[in-house]
Amino acid sequence: MRLQVNHLSFSYDNDAILKDIHMEIHQGEFIGIIGANGSGKSTLLRNLYGILTPAGGCAMLDGKNLLTMGKKEVASHVGVVSQENHIPFDFTVEEIVAMGRTPHKKLFQGDTKEDEKIIRNALKRLSLEAMSKRDYRQLSGGEKQRVLLARVVAQESDFLFLDEPTNHLDIGYQIQFFDLVKQLGGTVLAAMHDLNMAALYCDRIYAIKEGKVYTCGTPKEVLTSETIYELFRVRSFIDYNPTTKQLSIRYLPDGICNEGGESNETKAYNNVGNYSNSPVPDIRIV
Amino acid sequence: MNRRKISVVLMILILISITSIIIATGLGPVTVSPITVLKILIGKNVSQLEYNIVWGLRLPRVLLGFIVGASLSVTGVAMQALVRNHLADPFILGVSSGASAAATLGMLFGTFSFLGIYSLSISAFLGAAVTMILVFLLSRVNGRIHITHLLLSGVAISMIMEALTNVITISAPNALGLHNATFWMSGSLASAKWSYLTSPLWVMLICISILLINYRNLNSLLLGEEAAGTLGVNVGRVQGLLVLISSLLAGTTVAVSGSIGFVGLMTPHITRMLVGSDHKRVLPVSAFMGGLLVIWVDVIARMIIAPEELPVGILTALFGGPFFIFLLKRKEV
Repeated sequence: MRLQVNHLSFSYDNDAILKDIHMEIHQGEFIGIIGANGSGKSTLLRNLYGILTPAGGCAMLDGKNLLTMGKKEVASHVGVVSQENHIPFDFTVEEIVAMGRTPHKKLFQGDTKEDEKIIRNALKRLSLEAMSKRDYRQLSGGEKQRVLLARVVAQESDFLFLDEPTNHLDIGYQIQFFDLVKQLGGTVLAAMHDLNMAALYCDRIYAIKEGKVYTCGTPKEVLTSETIYELFRVRSFIDYNPTTKQLSIRYLPDGICNEGGESNETKAYNNVGNYSNSPVPDIRIV
Repeated sequence: MNRRKISVVLMILILISITSIIIATGLGPVTVSPITVLKILIGKNVSQLEYNIVWGLRLPRVLLGFIVGASLSVTGVAMQALVRNHLADPFILGVSSGASAAATLGMLFGTFSFLGIYSLSISAFLGAAVTMILVFLLSRVNGRIHITHLLLSGVAISMIMEALTNVITISAPNALGLHNATFWMSGSLASAKWSYLTSPLWVMLICISILLINYRNLNSLLLGEEAAGTLGVNVGRVQGLLVLISSLLAGTTVAVSGSIGFVGLMTPHITRMLVGSDHKRVLPVSAFMGGLLVIWVDVIARMIIAPEELPVGILTALFGGPFFIFLLKRKEV
């Protein structure tokens, strides 16, 4: 067990945002967190990596409580990549990656040969050597996220928190980003918006609703049309993609599917296509 | 740019600074040749008049200009890291005005007179610190620095503080001796004495050293508070340190030279164009650049309408104002 979260709760201005969260994450797993906007996905991550202070509970990482650790110690165990952040100053790609060494350094300690090697290696692993001297501000969104990933590699933390890191990226960069994360190995806890991405990349998924764990399990167990309806109020049709050997989620928006009444085709989808094969209470198109 | 290159840059800056100090010392309404200045520096005999001009008036003035310039530009660097924006400067954000107001108040009521020669610096420091905290808190919206709020609260507070300084200097002119309203508003190095140099020099050296020790923390702060937090930086503590250090620097310089504006805006920017944004390089290089800028602008200030002279702050504002507008109009701000 790498990370065990018990009874984690968090309130903001007396509003309980997270209620009694339990999670178990094993070595090397890629865990997704899904949920509607405002359900508490980001808040959960930010509590775990020390930006917010939980009201109660504990989060044991390799047997040590992440919530009471010093900031430097947290940073040397876990790395974070969140949504693209605008940096208004002129730093080269190499300088940004080198900042990953910060938690391992004492005041004024310069970069040693060892650090330089780690930084070069991080640039290499994410194929950034060619642009290492470029101004970070002039990169595209996808390249920027790759640089931030290289920074986490230089940070040498093998537990990675991803807070919707591909939100603003086109599909090519989204897939590239998650492929790279997969390649890096390590344990990953990622808040994700795109359910198909979650189906493709996650080993297990936690679904969060109104600050509680609604359900958790493998993508097949979690990504059912009932759960998706419960979380997002969207009807969907789920089938199995033989090429990726993963689920594929098709949305059935009311605005489109209601027009012209119930066609035979959609009826067929509803009855046959639901991969999870469980009763579908609310999916009938009226 | 690698480490060797930065040491080359610093060597060149040291050489230019020494040459500039010698040449600038000779320049003024009465011009003394650099050779004569050198002779005085190594203790050779020259005429009493030249000796008095160089040793008694010009040299302390030029050295004070260098220290003040270096301090102001390091203040700019520190404040820019604090608010994560190129536009921060002690003058623009009202910190200098706060220091002036507190310094005049201190002189009028003798609040800190038990501290002797440091009383002025200490009241200026307190004024600077209060203003800085006020502006910082006013410009935070949902935990982030909002640039419009930052600039507007800076302007508003700076106006309030300047009005306060005006009221005090106009209503009690005698109590304030040489330091009139113009001194506080537009800054001047004309009253420089050797005894004015010690405390600003120490404050500058100590503050630059502390900032240099923290260069990694300053760098990661530029990535954003949250990103810095995930890199293990204690953001609150570093921000507190930055407020303390920039108030100390701004307060000490205002106490000896009034408010000389825009130095903290211009030199860090030019420095970053030369060596990038890594604070390990920005801090020392911008200190030299600030020193150089102020001594040369001060040369112009005493030459341009000689034998009268302009307050140096008026000239830095003439250059700095357009520079500020240029920065504001760029896309990246």
